[in-house]
Amino acid sequence: MPERIWRKPLDMDKVKHPKADIHIIKDQCKGCGYCIQFCPQKVLEESEDINARGVHPPKIVDANECVICSFCTSVCPDFAIFVVEKPCEKGC
Amino acid sequence: MVAEISHPLSKYLREAMMPHIWCSGCGNGIILNCFVQAVDELQIDLKKLVVVSGIGCIGRAAGYINTDSFHTTHGRPIAFATGVKLANPDLEVVVISGDGDLFAIGGNHFIHAARRNIGIKVICANNFNYGMTGGQQGPTTLLEAFTTTTPYGNIEHPFNLVHLAAASGATYVARWTTLHVRRLTQSIKKMLQKEGFNFIEVVSPCPEIFGRRNRMRTGLQMMEWFKKASIIEHFSDPAKADITPERIVVGEFVDIEKPCYEKLLYDKMAQILT
Ligand SMILES: Cc1ncc(C[n+]2csc(CCOP(=O)(O)OP(=O)(O)O)c2C)c(N)n1
Ligand code: SF4
Ligand SMILES: [Mg+2]
Repeated sequence: MPERIWRKPLDMDKVKHPKADIHIIKDQCKGCGYCIQFCPQKVLEESEDINARGVHPPKIVDANECVICSFCTSVCPDFAIFVVEKPCEKGC
Repeated sequence: MVAEISHPLSKYLREAMMPHIWCSGCGNGIILNCFVQAVDELQIDLKKLVVVSGIGCIGRAAGYINTDSFHTTHGRPIAFATGVKLANPDLEVVVISGDGDLFAIGGNHFIHAARRNIGIKVICANNFNYGMTGGQQGPTTLLEAFTTTTPYGNIEHPFNLVHLAAASGATYVARWTTLHVRRLTQSIKKMLQKEGFNFIEVVSPCPEIFGRRNRMRTGLQMMEWFKKASIIEHFSDPAKADITPERIVVGEFVDIEKPCYEKLLYDKMAQILT
Protein backbone atom coordinates (compact mmCIF):
# COMPACT_ATOMS: atom_id res chain seq x y z
CA MET A 1 0.00 0.00 0.00
CA PRO A 2 1.37 3.47 -0.81
CA GLU A 3 2.40 5.52 2.20
CA ARG A 4 -0.26 8.09 2.95
CA ILE A 5 1.88 10.87 4.35
CA TRP A 6 -1.03 13.28 4.53
CA ARG A 7 -2.61 11.08 7.16
CA LYS A 8 0.33 11.37 9.53
CA PRO A 9 -0.15 13.92 12.34
CA LEU A 10 2.41 16.70 12.00
CA ASP A 11 3.50 16.48 15.63
CA MET A 12 3.77 12.72 15.65
CA ASP A 13 7.43 12.61 16.77
CA LYS A 14 6.77 14.99 19.63
CA VAL A 15 3.68 13.25 21.01
CA LYS A 16 4.58 10.52 23.45
CA HIS A 17 2.38 7.51 23.96
CA PRO A 18 1.51 7.75 27.66
CA LYS A 19 2.72 4.83 29.74
CA ALA A 20 0.30 3.19 32.11
CA ASP A 21 0.89 2.22 35.68
CA ILE A 22 -1.73 -0.44 36.39
CA HIS A 23 -2.38 -1.19 40.04
CA ILE A 24 -4.18 -4.37 40.97
CA ILE A 25 -5.16 -4.65 44.63
CA LYS A 26 -5.20 -8.42 44.49
CA ASP A 27 -6.88 -9.27 47.78
CA GLN A 28 -9.75 -6.90 47.11
CA CYS A 29 -10.72 -8.69 43.88
CA LYS A 30 -13.82 -10.92 43.90
CA GLY A 31 -13.04 -12.36 40.50
CA CYS A 32 -16.01 -11.06 38.50
CA GLY A 33 -13.83 -10.79 35.40
CA TYR A 34 -15.29 -7.48 34.17
CA CYS A 35 -11.92 -5.75 33.79
CA ILE A 36 -10.56 -8.67 31.80
CA GLN A 37 -13.60 -9.03 29.55
CA PHE A 38 -14.30 -5.36 28.83
CA CYS A 39 -10.78 -3.91 28.49
CA PRO A 40 -10.81 -2.63 24.90
CA GLN A 41 -7.08 -3.35 24.57
CA LYS A 42 -7.13 -6.81 26.15
CA VAL A 43 -4.43 -5.80 28.62
CA LEU A 44 -5.49 -8.21 31.37
CA GLU A 45 -6.04 -11.89 31.86
CA GLU A 46 -6.91 -14.19 34.73
CA SER A 47 -3.90 -15.13 36.83
CA GLU A 48 -3.10 -18.46 38.41
CA ASP A 49 -2.85 -16.89 41.88
CA ILE A 50 -5.51 -17.47 44.45
CA ASN A 51 -6.13 -14.43 46.60
CA ALA A 52 -7.49 -13.98 50.13
CA ARG A 53 -11.02 -14.46 48.81
CA GLY A 54 -10.20 -17.64 46.97
CA VAL A 55 -10.52 -16.23 43.46
CA HIS A 56 -8.08 -15.62 40.63
CA PRO A 57 -7.31 -11.89 40.42
CA PRO A 58 -6.35 -10.46 37.01
CA LYS A 59 -2.78 -10.08 35.86
CA ILE A 60 -1.25 -7.78 33.28
CA VAL A 61 -0.48 -9.26 29.88
CA ASP A 62 1.09 -6.19 28.34
CA ALA A 63 0.96 -2.79 30.04
CA ASN A 64 2.27 -1.14 26.87
CA GLU A 65 -1.05 -1.84 25.20
CA CYS A 66 -2.92 0.16 27.83
CA VAL A 67 -4.26 3.52 26.62
CA ILE A 68 -5.33 4.62 30.13
CA CYS A 69 -9.01 4.74 29.25
CA SER A 70 -9.60 3.66 32.87
CA PHE A 71 -12.63 1.59 31.98
CA CYS A 72 -11.36 -1.15 34.31
CA THR A 73 -11.14 1.37 37.16
CA SER A 74 -14.79 2.36 36.71
CA VAL A 75 -16.29 -1.05 36.00
CA CYS A 76 -14.64 -2.76 38.98
CA PRO A 77 -17.34 -3.29 41.63
CA ASP A 78 -14.69 -3.85 44.27
CA PHE A 79 -12.33 -0.90 43.80
CA ALA A 80 -9.57 -3.43 43.16
CA ILE A 81 -7.91 -1.98 40.06
CA PHE A 82 -6.88 1.48 38.92
CA VAL A 83 -4.63 2.97 36.31
CA VAL A 84 -2.50 6.07 36.51
CA GLU A 85 -0.16 7.60 33.98
CA LYS A 86 3.51 6.96 34.67
CA PRO A 87 5.47 10.10 35.25
CA CYS A 88 7.94 10.09 32.35
CA GLU A 89 10.27 13.08 32.75
CA LYS A 90 13.25 11.13 31.50
CA GLY A 91 11.19 9.16 29.05
CA CYS A 92 9.72 5.76 29.79
CA MET B 1 9.36 -2.45 46.06
CA VAL B 2 7.64 0.89 46.03
CA ALA B 3 4.90 1.38 48.58
CA GLU B 4 1.52 0.47 47.11
CA ILE B 5 -0.45 3.65 46.45
CA SER B 6 -4.08 3.53 47.45
CA HIS B 7 -7.09 3.63 45.16
CA PRO B 8 -7.84 7.22 44.09
CA LEU B 9 -11.46 6.87 45.22
CA SER B 10 -10.84 5.13 48.54
CA LYS B 11 -11.05 8.43 50.38
CA TYR B 12 -14.78 8.45 49.61
CA LEU B 13 -15.33 5.09 51.25
CA ARG B 14 -15.49 4.13 54.91
CA GLU B 15 -12.43 1.99 55.25
CA ALA B 16 -13.75 0.08 58.26
CA MET B 17 -16.76 -1.09 56.23
CA MET B 18 -14.66 -2.47 53.38
CA PRO B 19 -14.78 -4.98 51.79
CA HIS B 20 -18.45 -4.53 51.01
CA ILE B 21 -20.85 -7.45 51.32
CA TRP B 22 -21.97 -7.50 47.69
CA CYS B 23 -21.53 -10.72 45.74
CA SER B 24 -18.92 -11.22 43.05
CA GLY B 25 -20.20 -9.51 39.89
CA CYS B 26 -22.93 -7.57 41.69
CA GLY B 27 -23.61 -4.27 39.92
CA ASN B 28 -24.08 -2.37 43.16
CA GLY B 29 -20.32 -1.87 43.48
CA ILE B 30 -20.19 -0.37 39.98
CA ILE B 31 -22.97 2.08 40.86
CA LEU B 32 -21.11 3.07 44.02
CA ASN B 33 -17.91 3.41 42.00
CA CYS B 34 -19.53 5.66 39.37
CA PHE B 35 -21.23 7.74 42.05
CA VAL B 36 -18.05 8.49 43.99
CA GLN B 37 -16.25 9.12 40.68
CA ALA B 38 -18.88 11.76 39.85
CA VAL B 39 -18.54 13.28 43.33
CA ASP B 40 -14.77 13.36 42.85
CA GLU B 41 -14.92 14.95 39.39
CA LEU B 42 -17.29 17.66 40.64
CA GLN B 43 -15.21 18.14 43.81
CA ILE B 44 -18.41 18.19 45.84
CA ASP B 45 -17.93 19.35 49.41
CA LEU B 46 -18.59 16.20 51.45
CA LYS B 47 -19.95 18.36 54.27
CA LYS B 48 -22.78 19.34 51.93
CA LEU B 49 -23.57 15.86 50.63
CA VAL B 50 -26.11 13.53 52.21
CA VAL B 51 -26.72 10.00 50.95
CA VAL B 52 -29.87 8.20 51.99
CA SER B 53 -30.80 4.63 51.21
CA GLY B 54 -33.51 2.16 52.09
CA ILE B 55 -33.31 -1.55 52.83
CA GLY B 56 -31.95 -4.04 50.35
CA CYS B 57 -28.52 -5.05 49.09
CA ILE B 58 -28.02 -1.67 47.41
CA GLY B 59 -29.18 -0.02 50.64
CA ARG B 60 -25.77 -0.80 52.08
CA ALA B 61 -24.37 1.97 49.86
CA ALA B 62 -25.26 4.65 52.39
CA GLY B 63 -23.04 2.93 54.92
CA TYR B 64 -20.10 2.65 52.55
CA ILE B 65 -19.89 6.27 51.43
CA ASN B 66 -17.75 8.43 53.66
CA THR B 67 -20.21 11.27 53.99
CA ASP B 68 -23.26 12.04 56.12
CA SER B 69 -25.63 9.26 55.31
CA PHE B 70 -28.65 7.42 56.62
CA HIS B 71 -29.87 3.90 56.08
CA THR B 72 -33.63 4.26 56.54
CA THR B 73 -36.36 1.70 57.03
CA HIS B 74 -37.63 -0.18 54.00
CA GLY B 75 -39.31 2.07 51.43
CA ARG B 76 -38.72 5.31 53.27
CA PRO B 77 -35.51 6.88 51.91
CA ILE B 78 -37.41 9.46 49.85
CA ALA B 79 -39.52 10.45 52.86
CA PHE B 80 -36.39 10.86 54.96
CA ALA B 81 -34.54 12.70 52.19
CA THR B 82 -37.50 15.06 51.77
CA GLY B 83 -37.16 16.06 55.40
CA VAL B 84 -33.42 16.63 55.06
CA LYS B 85 -33.81 18.71 51.91
CA LEU B 86 -36.62 20.88 53.27
CA ALA B 87 -34.85 21.50 56.58
CA ASN B 88 -31.66 22.50 54.80
CA PRO B 89 -32.06 23.16 51.07
CA ASP B 90 -28.34 23.90 50.73
CA LEU B 91 -27.54 20.22 51.11
CA GLU B 92 -27.15 17.95 48.13
CA VAL B 93 -29.43 15.02 48.98
CA VAL B 94 -29.05 11.77 47.07
CA VAL B 95 -31.13 8.63 47.46
CA ILE B 96 -29.52 5.39 46.33
CA SER B 97 -31.88 2.45 46.62
CA GLY B 98 -33.39 -0.62 45.02
CA ASP B 99 -36.28 -1.33 42.70
CA GLY B 100 -38.23 -3.02 45.48
CA ASP B 101 -37.54 -0.33 48.03
CA LEU B 102 -38.36 2.62 45.75
CA PHE B 103 -41.18 1.17 43.66
CA ALA B 104 -42.95 -1.48 45.72
CA ILE B 105 -43.18 -0.47 49.37
CA GLY B 106 -41.90 3.05 48.59
CA GLY B 107 -43.80 3.66 45.34
CA ASN B 108 -46.09 6.35 46.70
CA HIS B 109 -43.21 8.38 48.10
CA PHE B 110 -41.55 8.25 44.71
CA ILE B 111 -44.44 9.48 42.60
CA HIS B 112 -45.36 12.26 45.00
CA ALA B 113 -41.80 13.50 45.48
CA ALA B 114 -41.53 13.62 41.68
CA ARG B 115 -44.88 15.38 41.37
CA ARG B 116 -43.89 18.02 43.93
CA ASN B 117 -40.47 18.33 42.29
CA ILE B 118 -38.58 18.08 45.56
CA GLY B 119 -34.88 18.67 44.91
CA ILE B 120 -33.58 15.21 45.68
CA LYS B 121 -31.62 12.98 43.33
CA VAL B 122 -32.66 9.36 43.12
CA ILE B 123 -30.52 6.53 41.79
CA CYS B 124 -32.31 3.19 41.52
CA ALA B 125 -30.34 -0.02 41.22
CA ASN B 126 -32.77 -2.11 39.19
CA ASN B 127 -31.74 -5.73 39.54
CA PHE B 128 -35.24 -7.03 38.69
CA ASN B 129 -35.84 -8.63 42.08
CA TYR B 130 -35.55 -8.42 45.86
CA GLY B 131 -31.94 -9.49 46.13
CA MET B 132 -31.48 -9.21 49.86
CA THR B 133 -34.43 -11.35 50.90
CA GLY B 134 -33.66 -14.22 48.58
CA GLY B 135 -34.88 -13.18 45.15
CA GLN B 136 -38.62 -12.63 45.25
CA GLN B 137 -40.47 -11.19 42.27
CA GLY B 138 -40.81 -7.40 42.46
CA PRO B 139 -42.30 -4.49 40.52
CA THR B 140 -39.61 -4.55 37.83
CA THR B 141 -39.33 -8.31 37.32
CA LEU B 142 -39.71 -8.99 33.60
CA LEU B 143 -42.59 -11.06 32.27
CA GLU B 144 -41.76 -14.76 32.28
CA ALA B 145 -38.66 -14.25 34.44
CA PHE B 146 -38.01 -16.88 37.09
CA THR B 147 -37.69 -15.85 40.72
CA THR B 148 -38.20 -17.68 43.99
CA THR B 149 -41.85 -16.57 44.02
CA THR B 150 -42.43 -17.06 40.27
CA PRO B 151 -40.95 -20.52 39.75
CA TYR B 152 -43.09 -21.05 36.62
CA GLY B 153 -42.36 -17.61 35.14
CA ASN B 154 -43.66 -14.17 36.09
CA ILE B 155 -47.15 -13.20 34.94
CA GLU B 156 -47.12 -9.63 36.35
CA HIS B 157 -46.39 -6.73 34.00
CA PRO B 158 -43.36 -4.78 35.25
CA PHE B 159 -43.14 -1.04 35.79
CA ASN B 160 -41.26 0.92 33.17
CA LEU B 161 -39.38 3.11 35.66
CA VAL B 162 -38.33 5.88 33.28
CA HIS B 163 -41.91 6.24 32.07
CA LEU B 164 -43.20 6.28 35.63
CA ALA B 165 -40.66 8.94 36.65
CA ALA B 166 -41.32 11.11 33.58
CA ALA B 167 -45.08 10.87 33.96
CA SER B 168 -44.85 11.73 37.66
CA GLY B 169 -43.01 14.96 36.88
CA ALA B 170 -39.27 14.33 37.32
CA THR B 171 -37.16 17.03 35.66
CA TYR B 172 -34.29 14.72 34.74
CA VAL B 173 -34.74 11.07 33.82
CA ALA B 174 -32.10 8.71 32.48
CA ARG B 175 -31.48 4.99 32.26
CA TRP B 176 -28.13 3.25 31.93
CA THR B 177 -26.80 -0.19 32.62
CA THR B 178 -23.76 -0.94 34.76
CA LEU B 179 -21.81 -1.49 31.55
CA HIS B 180 -22.29 2.18 30.58
CA VAL B 181 -19.93 3.39 33.30
CA ARG B 182 -18.79 6.55 31.52
CA ARG B 183 -22.25 7.70 30.52
CA LEU B 184 -23.65 6.78 33.91
CA THR B 185 -20.97 8.87 35.62
CA GLN B 186 -21.72 11.79 33.27
CA SER B 187 -25.44 11.45 34.01
CA ILE B 188 -24.83 11.44 37.76
CA LYS B 189 -22.70 14.58 37.37
CA LYS B 190 -25.41 16.25 35.36
CA MET B 191 -28.09 15.39 37.86
CA LEU B 192 -25.99 16.57 40.80
CA GLN B 193 -25.72 19.98 39.13
CA LYS B 194 -29.41 20.24 38.38
CA GLU B 195 -32.29 21.44 40.54
CA GLY B 196 -35.49 19.53 41.11
CA PHE B 197 -36.42 15.87 41.34
CA ASN B 198 -34.02 13.89 39.20
CA PHE B 199 -33.94 10.17 38.57
CA ILE B 200 -31.50 7.66 37.12
CA GLU B 201 -32.37 4.00 36.72
CA VAL B 202 -29.34 1.74 36.57
CA VAL B 203 -30.01 -1.71 35.18
CA SER B 204 -27.75 -3.84 37.33
CA PRO B 205 -26.64 -7.47 37.45
CA CYS B 206 -27.62 -9.66 40.39
CA PRO B 207 -26.03 -12.90 39.22
CA GLU B 208 -26.27 -14.73 42.53
CA ILE B 209 -29.97 -14.42 43.13
CA PHE B 210 -31.63 -13.35 39.88
CA GLY B 211 -29.21 -14.28 37.10
CA ARG B 212 -28.72 -17.89 38.06
CA ARG B 213 -32.45 -18.57 37.86
CA ASN B 214 -32.56 -16.99 34.42
CA ARG B 215 -29.74 -18.73 32.58
CA MET B 216 -27.20 -16.06 33.52
CA ARG B 217 -25.19 -17.63 36.29
CA THR B 218 -22.37 -15.07 36.28
CA GLY B 219 -22.13 -11.31 36.28
CA LEU B 220 -20.31 -11.56 32.97
CA GLN B 221 -23.29 -13.28 31.38
CA MET B 222 -25.62 -10.59 32.70
CA MET B 223 -23.33 -7.83 31.42
CA GLU B 224 -23.16 -9.55 28.03
CA TRP B 225 -26.95 -9.46 27.98
CA PHE B 226 -26.88 -5.70 28.66
CA LYS B 227 -24.27 -5.25 25.94
CA LYS B 228 -26.34 -7.14 23.42
CA ALA B 229 -29.74 -5.72 24.29
CA SER B 230 -29.05 -2.09 25.13
CA ILE B 231 -29.56 0.59 22.56
CA ILE B 232 -28.89 4.28 23.16
CA GLU B 233 -31.81 6.50 22.17
CA HIS B 234 -31.58 9.92 23.74
CA PHE B 235 -34.85 11.74 24.38
CA SER B 236 -36.94 8.97 22.96
CA ASP B 237 -40.47 8.44 24.26
CA PRO B 238 -40.15 6.92 27.76
CA ALA B 239 -43.54 5.26 27.25
CA LYS B 240 -41.93 3.08 24.61
CA ALA B 241 -38.87 2.21 26.70
CA ASP B 242 -40.17 -0.98 28.33
CA ILE B 243 -37.34 -3.35 29.15
CA THR B 244 -37.57 -6.73 27.47
CA PRO B 245 -34.98 -9.50 27.18
CA GLU B 246 -34.31 -8.32 23.61
CA ARG B 247 -34.24 -4.57 24.14
CA ILE B 248 -33.05 -2.22 26.86
CA VAL B 249 -33.45 1.37 25.71
CA VAL B 250 -30.92 3.53 27.54
CA GLY B 251 -30.10 7.22 27.47
CA GLU B 252 -31.53 10.46 28.76
CA PHE B 253 -35.29 10.71 28.49
CA VAL B 254 -36.17 13.98 30.23
CA ASP B 255 -34.14 17.11 30.92
CA ILE B 256 -36.41 20.04 31.70
CA GLU B 257 -36.55 22.96 34.13
CA LYS B 258 -39.38 23.51 36.59
CA PRO B 259 -39.48 25.41 39.92
CA CYS B 260 -38.55 23.07 42.73
CA TYR B 261 -40.60 22.51 45.85
CA GLU B 262 -38.09 23.77 48.39
CA LYS B 263 -37.75 27.07 46.54
CA LEU B 264 -41.51 27.51 46.25
CA LEU B 265 -41.87 26.60 49.92
CA TYR B 266 -39.31 29.11 51.16
CA ASP B 267 -40.68 31.80 48.80
CA LYS B 268 -44.18 31.18 50.07
CA MET B 269 -43.01 31.34 53.68
CA ALA B 270 -41.28 34.66 52.99
CA GLN B 271 -44.42 35.93 51.30
CA ILE B 272 -46.62 35.01 54.23
CA LEU B 273 -44.23 36.29 56.87
CA THR B 274 -43.72 39.73 55.31
C1 LIG C 1 -41.18 -3.05 56.29
C2 LIG C 1 -40.34 -4.13 55.68
N1 LIG C 1 -40.89 -5.02 54.86
C3 LIG C 1 -40.15 -5.98 54.29
C4 LIG C 1 -38.82 -6.06 54.54
C5 LIG C 1 -37.99 -7.18 53.93
N2 LIG C 1 -37.15 -6.69 52.86
C6 LIG C 1 -35.84 -6.40 53.09
S1 LIG C 1 -35.03 -5.94 51.71
C7 LIG C 1 -36.43 -6.17 50.77
C8 LIG C 1 -36.44 -5.96 49.29
C9 LIG C 1 -35.23 -5.34 48.74
O1 LIG C 1 -35.31 -5.27 47.35
P1 LIG C 1 -34.66 -4.08 46.57
O2 LIG C 1 -35.10 -2.78 47.13
O3 LIG C 1 -34.92 -4.30 45.12
O4 LIG C 1 -33.11 -4.18 46.90
P2 LIG C 1 -32.04 -5.28 46.44
O5 LIG C 1 -31.83 -6.18 47.61
O6 LIG C 1 -32.57 -6.00 45.27
O7 LIG C 1 -30.81 -4.48 46.14
C10 LIG C 1 -37.50 -6.59 51.55
C11 LIG C 1 -38.84 -6.88 51.03
C12 LIG C 1 -38.27 -5.12 55.44
N3 LIG C 1 -36.96 -5.13 55.73
N4 LIG C 1 -39.04 -4.16 55.99
S1 SF4 D 1 -27.88 -10.84 46.08
FE1 SF4 D 1 -27.79 -9.80 44.11
S2 SF4 D 1 -28.05 -7.62 44.58
FE2 SF4 D 1 -27.54 -8.66 46.51
S3 SF4 D 1 -25.31 -8.45 46.70
FE3 SF4 D 1 -25.71 -10.43 45.67
S4 SF4 D 1 -25.64 -10.00 43.47
FE4 SF4 D 1 -25.86 -8.04 44.56
MG1 LIG E 1 -33.75 -5.13 43.70
